[in-house]
Parts: sequence; structure tokens; C-alpha cells
Amino acid sequence: MEKTLPKIEIIEKYCKGCHICVEFCPTKVLEMQGFVAAVKNLEACIKCMQCELRCPDFAIKVITE
Amino acid sequence: MAFDYDKYIRPGKLPHIWCPGCGHGIVMKGLIRAIDSLKLDTKNTAIVSGIGCASRLPGYMDCCTLHTAHGRAAAFATGVKMAKPGMNVILVGGDGDGTAIGGNHFIHACRRNIDMTYIILNNKIYGMTGGQFSPATPTGAKASTTPYGNPDPAFDIAKLAIGAGATFVARGTAYHAAQIDKLIAEAIQHKGFSVVEILDDCPTTFGRRNKFKSVIEMMNHLKEIAVPVKAAEKMSAEQLQGKVLTGVLYKEDRPEYTSEYAKVIERAQAGK
Repeated sequence: MEKTLPKIEIIEKYCKGCHICVEFCPTKVLEMQGFVAAVKNLEACIKCMQCELRCPDFAIKVITE
Repeated sequence: MAFDYDKYIRPGKLPHIWCPGCGHGIVMKGLIRAIDSLKLDTKNTAIVSGIGCASRLPGYMDCCTLHTAHGRAAAFATGVKMAKPGMNVILVGGDGDGTAIGGNHFIHACRRNIDMTYIILNNKIYGMTGGQFSPATPTGAKASTTPYGNPDPAFDIAKLAIGAGATFVARGTAYHAAQIDKLIAEAIQHKGFSVVEILDDCPTTFGRRNKFKSVIEMMNHLKEIAVPVKAAEKMSAEQLQGKVLTGVLYKEDRPEYTSEYAKVIERAQAGK
């Protein structure tokens, strides 16, 4: 079965650059690009939703089907 | 699908005022998920707070909200609940607001066992006013008013609530984000005074004074000290040194205040 990838939406206006999502992503999907978080390697995403759960700033949405 | 938090947030209020890495936002998300899972009517849900960083939370929530005087959340919330016993009343506040300035209101709300849920965001310091030590600041920790270390022992807020008579007491941490909504939902469902203490981080006024190099270090610290109640049963006293228990710590059934008060009204009207 082909792996379906989610869409990770980052609202840059809300992100305060705290690094929580980047550090606690188990598969290192995210990285910091300057001040805000950004998607580096979407292929590795296992849809665990930890980034969405832990983002204190309501800046990340992991949209799955 | 991603969880739709926007449904419960007042339009145009984000981004919030909390500092980068502050766990208050994580707890707010937990509260929103709890309200959503219980399908509470936001028009019949009051969120009451005092003053402080944590007390800014109701301002973002699209519910009935009340932002009151410092430490007085429990007093105002008691008024709301007495006037409208059918309303879901949730209190949100910090450790300083709840256990120092509002300490008296807090213990007496516990004693009365009035049907409300108090979420205490314990970041171990007064964040908003400039990092003064609170009753939850650990011994030896530095604050702006204890630059050489805090000589006082800290309150164990959960134990304080149990001792004062709260009938549901739980504890979680901002690191264990997925657990927060479950604890809050269980607390809201409990008939009586329920307290949920969430251990939080304050990187701005606590972390930088106490050798935490980053938000991540503070989050990892919460991860290390938290021990679930069930796991703690199998651990020795030495192993539990420096740890805090998380999960549902205490639960009992006791007559609730608004229904007891209704009986008083009935007796008075019958002239007995």
C-alpha cells in the first residue's frame, strides 16, 4: 500500500520559534528556517501529531485524510 | 483531519501573549480538546480566572468568560455556580494566583466541594509581574526576589487540595500534552470540586535564572520528573526521590455544595 503523506501547515504569523516541534519530532520532519519552523522532510512523517499537540502557539496543523 | 481549535477561540485573538516556549498554550489546547470531547455547550460554560499569565487564558476562549481580581477566581466562580448551578464552571490560574494571593479562596472552595474544575498552571513562579518567588517555587531556586536561593519549601499543590477537601485531584505536565485533555475531561465530569495541577515551564523568568539553557531542557526536565501513579506503586522511596506523581491522584464522592444548599433553601421555605 502506498504511504499517504499528510499536509503540515505552519502558520508563520503565530510561530514564536520556540523549537519544541523541531526537538520533539521523533522522525525529524521539521527544522528551523530562520525564526520560524518549517517542513524539512515530509516523507519521514509518521502522523504521530506530536508537533501539533505540543505547539504552544497554535501554529502547526497536521492535516491527514 | 487536524483538530479544529479555531472553533473555540475568539476570532482575531491569536497570536497569544505568552512567551516563546511557554507551556500555557499547550494546556489551553488540552482544555479545548477536553471541552470538545465532552461536547460542552460553550454558551453554558464559564471560564473564570484571576490575574497572571495563566489567567489570560479565558480571554482567548470563545466561552462565557470572567477575568477577575488577583486570586479571586474561586470567589467569583462560586458566585457564578450558585446563581446558575447548571453551568459548567472552569477556573484557570497560576500557582501564585491560586495558592498565595488566592490561597484562602482555594482551600475553602476545596472544603465546600462546589462543582467546579480548577486548572492550576504551576510554572513555579510569578511570571507576569517579573519573576518573584511563589509558594510553588522549589527550595533553593532563584527568583527575582530570592537572588541567593529560595529558603522556603514549596507547596505540593495536589496534596494541599486533597488536604483541604477537594474530591478529585489530578496532575499532569505540559510535556505530556496528550494526557492533559483526558485529565481535564475527567475532572469536568466529576461532580464536586476538582483540581488539575499542570506542571508548566516558564523559560523567561524561571528558566534563565535557574540554569535551564533552553525551553527544550525545561520540557525534558518535566519528562524526567513525572512518574505515573501506577508506575510509582512499584517503585521504592529512593527511586521516587525528586519525582512527582502524575495522573489521577485522588477521587471520592461527597455531597456537592449547590445541591446541599438547595436543600437548605427547601428547609427554610418549609419553615423547618
